[in-house]
Amino acid sequence: MANKVAESISREEYFYGHKACAGCGGSLAVRAALKVLGQNAVSVLPAGCMSAVGFNFPQLCFSNNSIISTFAGTASMLTGVEAGLRARGYKDFTAVGFAGDGGTADIGIQALSGAIDRNDDIIYICYDNEAYMNTGIQKSGLTPYGARTTTTPAGENIHGNIRPKKNMFEIAAAHGIPYAATASVGYIYDFIAKVRKASQIRGTKYIHVIAPCPTGWGVAPDATVDIAKEVVDCGLWYLAEYENGEFTLNHKPKEFSDAAAYLKKQGRFRHLTDEDIAVITASRDKKWESIEKNFSYKKSL
Amino acid sequence: MKKFLSGNEAFAEGIRLARPQVISAYPITPQTIVVEKLSEMVEDGSLKAEYIHVESEHSALSCAIGASAAGARAFTATSSQGLLYMAECLYYAAGGRFPIVMMNADRSTALPWNIYGDQRDSLSQLDSGWIQAYAENAQEALDLALMSYRIAEDKTVSTPFMANLDGFILTHTYETVDIPDREQADRFLPPYETDNRIDFENPKNMAFSAGPDTNYIFKYKEHRGVLAAREVITRTEAEFAEIFGRKYSGLTEDYRTEDAEYIIVTLGSIAGLCRETADKLRENGVRAGVVRIRYMRPFPNEEIAGVLRNAKAYAVLEKDISFGNEGTVFTNVNSALKKAGVNVPGYNFIGGLGGRNISAADIENIYSAIANGTDSVNFIGIGGEENGK
Amino acid sequence: MRPYIREKKGFTFEEVPENTSFEAGYLVSVNSGWRSIRPVIDAGKCVGCEQCYLYCPDGVISIKDGKAVIDYDFCKGCGICAKICKTGAVGMEAERK
Repeated sequence: MANKVAESISREEYFYGHKACAGCGGSLAVRAALKVLGQNAVSVLPAGCMSAVGFNFPQLCFSNNSIISTFAGTASMLTGVEAGLRARGYKDFTAVGFAGDGGTADIGIQALSGAIDRNDDIIYICYDNEAYMNTGIQKSGLTPYGARTTTTPAGENIHGNIRPKKNMFEIAAAHGIPYAATASVGYIYDFIAKVRKASQIRGTKYIHVIAPCPTGWGVAPDATVDIAKEVVDCGLWYLAEYENGEFTLNHKPKEFSDAAAYLKKQGRFRHLTDEDIAVITASRDKKWESIEKNFSYKKSL
Repeated sequence: MKKFLSGNEAFAEGIRLARPQVISAYPITPQTIVVEKLSEMVEDGSLKAEYIHVESEHSALSCAIGASAAGARAFTATSSQGLLYMAECLYYAAGGRFPIVMMNADRSTALPWNIYGDQRDSLSQLDSGWIQAYAENAQEALDLALMSYRIAEDKTVSTPFMANLDGFILTHTYETVDIPDREQADRFLPPYETDNRIDFENPKNMAFSAGPDTNYIFKYKEHRGVLAAREVITRTEAEFAEIFGRKYSGLTEDYRTEDAEYIIVTLGSIAGLCRETADKLRENGVRAGVVRIRYMRPFPNEEIAGVLRNAKAYAVLEKDISFGNEGTVFTNVNSALKKAGVNVPGYNFIGGLGGRNISAADIENIYSAIANGTDSVNFIGIGGEENGK
Repeated sequence: MRPYIREKKGFTFEEVPENTSFEAGYLVSVNSGWRSIRPVIDAGKCVGCEQCYLYCPDGVISIKDGKAVIDYDFCKGCGICAKICKTGAVGMEAERK
């Protein structure tokens, strides 16, 4: 029983033997993307989970050329790597960055914006696990409303994080970037297709992939893929693309699955009241109104 | 070819001859002219380089690190707040042993805001692992630009190189500069070759973590790399003199120190006025001398101790203060003497902060003050730290 | 090439590299000790659809003769493969220590 997608990507493993937690969504995103991009991918990873688990001399878990950047410097180092290799006459390679949510939406956003502005020929993948997980679950600019982290405790007065996620996808798109996409490791076929598409476009490409962290989200290690699927199915995340100035939705749930059920099965949301959940679903519905209005629809793989 | 150039322009000419493959550029006064000139050279085709308009100094150096990791020769330039903003990347470049060259226009650091020259920016980064050179004039700036890559890229060194030019006093003043011939420059500086790079035949994992079991070894080797620059600087300058006819004197430059009783140790563009003052004092029978520190890292311990050994007293004149203690150059000089067992009275003179002029009279006063004994730390224009008001 | 276990695990002063670059995919330790449960493939039920291969965060599943096989040196026992399998061919069994 041949799997066409499995056939379409490399059989090699480029990210292997790493010390990520069992069931880590971020490591799945990195692994899958590198299998699309192949041996000549040059990966740049900032200080964060994926570099912490993959680069401890002499345990070095990437079989392609890979380098750690400063926390803020994923995009700027990508720029330098790409320019340096091009200056030295190389053509057949892909400079790809893998940064977490904090590394992308907080400390790395300036360098990312600069790289998009220059339209450097790089792929920037944000694996979004919705908090600073490497340091032990602190709020980032991509932590969703209501989530409990170690810096947004859920108490009597404040029920976790009081601010919604930054919309990095549309921030990237607002630069007029050649290609931006959202994805989820729960829909790996869609993610793989988007990484491939990105690899065929010149200029800057930004892919924002939801990558659950079982430890930080408070779910079992085997729940990663299911919960990453569910966040799309309940409408709190969406699969979309931005290309040639147009937004396209790639997956339209017939009706949303129960958002409360999605939230309540995670430790980080367990404290939410019905009112909190109402705020979350209202904001979801508002977003989808805007999607219906502004996005065209083209089904993904 | 002779040209009338500012220090910034002279440095850019030297960089053109060094053929960097990637230049990450971000403007900051008083360095900006360097990146402007380089962009013109790229535009007119006389410099074949990827010219990257980065969006900050942090990105300027991060980009240069990426380029160096790709095996390319990389250049960037900064000053003051910019140097401080990229500070994280300074240590990163040094720890990764990436032989990037960066020009720093020495400038005061805020607060209060001030765009004029002092050396508090670069001297605050002595521990970052970079080679640090201080030019005195535009010719030396140009020659340093060319020599810097030879020194930084030497296999035994593999250390980034910061060439410091006094803001405005050197970066913006014009003098006639001899620009080396391009073919001779190519003969002097071959293309960058390294194993410390992305390699598609033998893939690498780079800029990794190292735990307590090996971390100290990486750090020791980093230290050894900076130390190795001592010998490489001497060798490089000898070869430079052979090809271009201009001689440099290694980590320090001594002036009338053989029989000097009173010596000022300083660095950068103020050294010229110190020498003139020493000449004048010698006409009056004062045996005055000057040591100009050309390299703060690696530090010229032996050279300084050797020269000051027979002096009656010395002054360290610097545009810097480590608040709550003394000038950092003074600390370094005193340590050199202590290690060499030299016990000569020494005094610290802090001047030129925020671009304040240091006059010939100020320097004369230093010579007379150290002859008569004074406070340990003295602020020019104010007085000793105890009596300063 | 996938990263693999090398014989040389300790490095003396001279063997520690001069700079922070080293051979890619150099492994000195396995992850099998992390497991409390292990996935076991029922070859009779496995149809070789490769869902588990695509979704494994550690990349430890490959297909041999049309059936999934697991590299137990690096499997952490997360159980995603068992959950994703549509034919029930992956069972999770307690790790016998």
